[in-house]
Amino acid sequence: MHPDHATPAGGAWPRPSENYVPHAHGPDEPPHTHPDPGVDPHQALAAGPRALRVGIGGPVGSGKTALVAALCRALGEELRLAVVTNDIYTTEDADFLLRNGVLPAERIRAVETGCCPHTAIRDDISANLDAVEDLEATLGPLDLVLVESGGDNLTATFSKGLIDRQIFVVDVAGGDKVPRKGGPGVTAADLLVINKTDLAPLVGADLAVMDRDAKERRGELPTVFLSLVEDRAATPVAEWIRILVGVRGPAG
Amino acid sequence: MSLATLLVLADGRLPAGGHAHSGGLEAQVSAGRVRDLDDVAAFLRGKLATSGLVAAAFAAAACRRPGRWAELDGGLDARTPSPALRKASRAQGRALLRAGRAMWALPPIGREPHQPTALGVLAHAAGLGPEEAAVAAAHGTTTGAASAAVRLLALDPYAVHALLARLAPACDRIAGEAARHADDAVNDLPAAGAPLLDIGAEHHATWEVRLFAS
Ligand SMILES: Nc1nc2c(ncn2[C@@H]2O[C@H](COP(=O)(O)OP(=O)(O)OP(=O)(O)O)[C@@H](O)[C@H]2O)c(=O)[nH]1
Ligand SMILES: [Mg+2]
Repeated sequence: MHPDHATPAGGAWPRPSENYVPHAHGPDEPPHTHPDPGVDPHQALAAGPRALRVGIGGPVGSGKTALVAALCRALGEELRLAVVTNDIYTTEDADFLLRNGVLPAERIRAVETGCCPHTAIRDDISANLDAVEDLEATLGPLDLVLVESGGDNLTATFSKGLIDRQIFVVDVAGGDKVPRKGGPGVTAADLLVINKTDLAPLVGADLAVMDRDAKERRGELPTVFLSLVEDRAATPVAEWIRILVGVRGPAG
Repeated sequence: MSLATLLVLADGRLPAGGHAHSGGLEAQVSAGRVRDLDDVAAFLRGKLATSGLVAAAFAAAACRRPGRWAELDGGLDARTPSPALRKASRAQGRALLRAGRAMWALPPIGREPHQPTALGVLAHAAGLGPEEAAVAAAHGTTTGAASAAVRLLALDPYAVHALLARLAPACDRIAGEAARHADDAVNDLPAAGAPLLDIGAEHHATWEVRLFAS
């Protein structure tokens, strides 16, 4: 038996089972090591449940940053809140939030994504995880971290390694065909937000059609219609998040 | 030593933050020094012979003596005059540790080591040797910048991979040389510098609009 198979003293990580037997090693096997089943390879999380992480994705210009700003206005007083933005090539979104004074600078981090906004939220989430970790390290326990993805296309979704729930934001100005077109964002997001309803008459978008198609694509998953110029506190979305945070209980 | 394990460690798809960095290429493209495939070839050869050799030697040394990571990290600081490059290297080291911790049981190595130090310690934890650590480092030096070249210059991806294939023997040679230093004192490890990379990185860090983090 390898020395690294020895039971660690007081290892907190549950063993696969009490009867766990490491595989045998023949005398002719090259030397190698195994991750110790008694050691959690992840860094210890802060004591208590960590912040709820909500990803906000959707096509370019659909209103993701406007939604983040509205949620900061609505929830900033009652929840310990921080934001991570993923711009494609600037810190425009982070700057917008700062300029509008919805959140103090130390609560906002901008992640750079090297031309690939979807990679940073799905395939290689390291920079986003580091940003969340840094926010929690400097601010202490948080209740809610909003992660805004860079504007992308209908296929961009968040990895579950990064977020707990995701919101997908589309807008009526993109045409009432968008819910019908589907894609993983529209079909699988935990909440679909159809934004800019105030523009519907101007672009000839039929909200009833969008509602019907969204229901067809999403089954039981919720969809809300929103106009962030009319509802500056994104009331239905804030309410949805309040319920999630309440369900999880307070952090730290 | 497991060859497949080395491939896992050196895979460009490893979620270790590399996709957001151009290895200094974006600054040189913008300065007009790198415009086409031949320029990219020259850029990669230069990188390999300078920062590539240093990275490979430190990865090899960290693989040989993971317990000395702090000293090696200091040696890399001394060889990285540009604060922007230090920051980029440490950010990628931190990301690499995150991936490494999920794959192997890592010894203590701090929170944000330089990327080559982290790579060497990962290689050690994966049961690989200094030579393999050096190959992974040299290879990573070229592939990261090459994939950025495809994105920045809209080059033919096949032509860029043909270039990488041509550079493979040079990678092996640099890695071999680096691995021979694995037991050297930190001060005796290679210290080849590339001033234009340092200067480019400092300019790049001040840009308001850029596609890559470094
Ligand atoms: N009329 C109208 N305009 C809106 C609404 N919501 C957002 N906008 C505007 O739409 C534009 C884009 O909004 P952003 O919040 O920046 O969109 P985004 O999705 O963050 O954009 P990217 O991050 O660039 O992908 C801005 O000019 C907003 O003021 C809305 O409900 N109605
Ligand atoms: Mg935005």
